[in-house]
Amino acid sequence: MAYQSSIKILSESDIVSARQLGRNIAKKLGFGTVDQTRITTVISELARNIYLYAGKGEIHIELINSLEKRGLKIRALDHGPGIQDIRVAMEDGYSTSGGLGAGLPGVKRLMDEFDLTSTDGKGTTVVVVKWLRGGIG
Amino acid sequence: MNTKIPILKLYNYLFVSIQWELDDQTALQFQESLLQRIHETGASGVVIDLTYVDMIDSFIAKVLGDVISMAKMMGVKVVLTGIQPAVAITLVELGIHLQDVDTALDLEKGLELLQKGLGD
Repeated sequence: MAYQSSIKILSESDIVSARQLGRNIAKKLGFGTVDQTRITTVISELARNIYLYAGKGEIHIELINSLEKRGLKIRALDHGPGIQDIRVAMEDGYSTSGGLGAGLPGVKRLMDEFDLTSTDGKGTTVVVVKWLRGGIG
Repeated sequence: MNTKIPILKLYNYLFVSIQWELDDQTALQFQESLLQRIHETGASGVVIDLTYVDMIDSFIAKVLGDVISMAKMMGVKVVLTGIQPAVAITLVELGIHLQDVDTALDLEKGLELLQKGLGD
């Protein structure tokens, strides 16, 4: 089963649409309530980062399969100013937007895999994965 | 979407049950309306019930935390009630602990907490 869905983040209301889309897909794939909430919240944070720092960008949600497991991959990309110092951005409590956004460390804790690529002046891509578990989630 | 969240007055208290997907505008508008209602009614305490809220991100947490600080500045105590297990797990993992905020399991316990705190 291949599944991919994308949403453009151009305005504040797209943040709500993105997280609703994420919750619907997570539910459909069989994620439990807690993981659905983690996924929804992560999408909300990533979409807000795009809106706040880059003005516009995209969120891609994709079903992925590995040998033994299935999961949800979320890619958030923008062509904004990029993150100047990734190490600093990954410190807890760091935010350049005046306290908005719990920041990327929180997003990382909510997901199973986390990857951040940013080029100064060219944009940022965040890729996160949540694997589907057998038990309660 | 721009839903107005109803704020009910009962005796000296205000009750709010948030039952909609909170977009940024609704959250900010709620902040203003709640403070306005506190001012108009002279309420001494507020319970904000979050039983039907299925996600709180850092922005909504900030708006809620701010409105609680603002109400406190006006001399009014606010209690948050009904935070769902999944929401509590996600918030703490996200790094948001709501440490200085009064919370209770449900509306009833929230009201008791208010009464105790205010000596009513």
